[in-house]
Amino acid sequence: MILARDNNDVAMMKDFEVTTDDFSSAGIASSKIKKILRQIGLESSVIRRIAIATYEAEINVAIHSVGGKIEVYIKSDKVEIFVEDNGPGIADVNLAMQKGYSTATKEIRELGFGAGMGLPNMEKCSDEFHIESEVDQYTAIKMIFTL
Amino acid sequence: MKLREIAELLNCEVLVGEKFLDREVKYAFGSDLMSDVLAYTEEDTVLLTGLCNNQVIRTAEMLDLKSIVFVRGKCPTEEIVNLAKEDDILILRTEHTMYSASGILYSHGLQGTAI
Repeated sequence: MILARDNNDVAMMKDFEVTTDDFSSAGIASSKIKKILRQIGLESSVIRRIAIATYEAEINVAIHSVGGKIEVYIKSDKVEIFVEDNGPGIADVNLAMQKGYSTATKEIRELGFGAGMGLPNMEKCSDEFHIESEVDQYTAIKMIFTL
Repeated sequence: MKLREIAELLNCEVLVGEKFLDREVKYAFGSDLMSDVLAYTEEDTVLLTGLCNNQVIRTAEMLDLKSIVFVRGKCPTEEIVNLAKEDDILILRTEHTMYSASGILYSHGLQGTAI
């Protein structure tokens, strides 16, 4: 566990593996998460923000990392999303947070991603955004959405 | 603007979701970069794109977009169409380029999103 979890008041917890072998399957975890949130009956605008941010994170794991996972903690007053991968990590997180900065390859751009908007968009969509990373180790993101 | 009007103006082929043609959209957004679509698109928007992969549908799903127009005659695979069907998304296909399709819709009063 890289970013600390708080297990108090958890109504539901779900976790999803994100593999990197098949780009066409990226987004399946976010799609499942969105359906769960809809079943619970959360307000559609917050579901939309959670879905966008989670999908951006899932795409990042799929295109940049060697694999990772997404955990969703649903609480009475908020939803917490943890996204962690197993490397290669981000050398300069501040630079990575800048709109338009990307290390994505030409191949990734041809697939419609790598515009350098993912991390800033996650921050924009969430009420609280935390990121930490260590080169050759991991990248970990925590996003909180207030209900 | 009704999606039916968009389909007529662009001489579209309806690939899936014909029953949703009476839905209304306020804006259109044209891009082949899903990163930008995710960052800038409002809910009541029709997406125009020449990108043809699963992630176009996933992007629309996350944003609650109800319709996608594939421009430049791009033809999505059966897998893509089935994914759209699951998500209740109307898929249209036009031979127009992105520029022409955008121009036709804009000149008939369909606005772009403010970013």
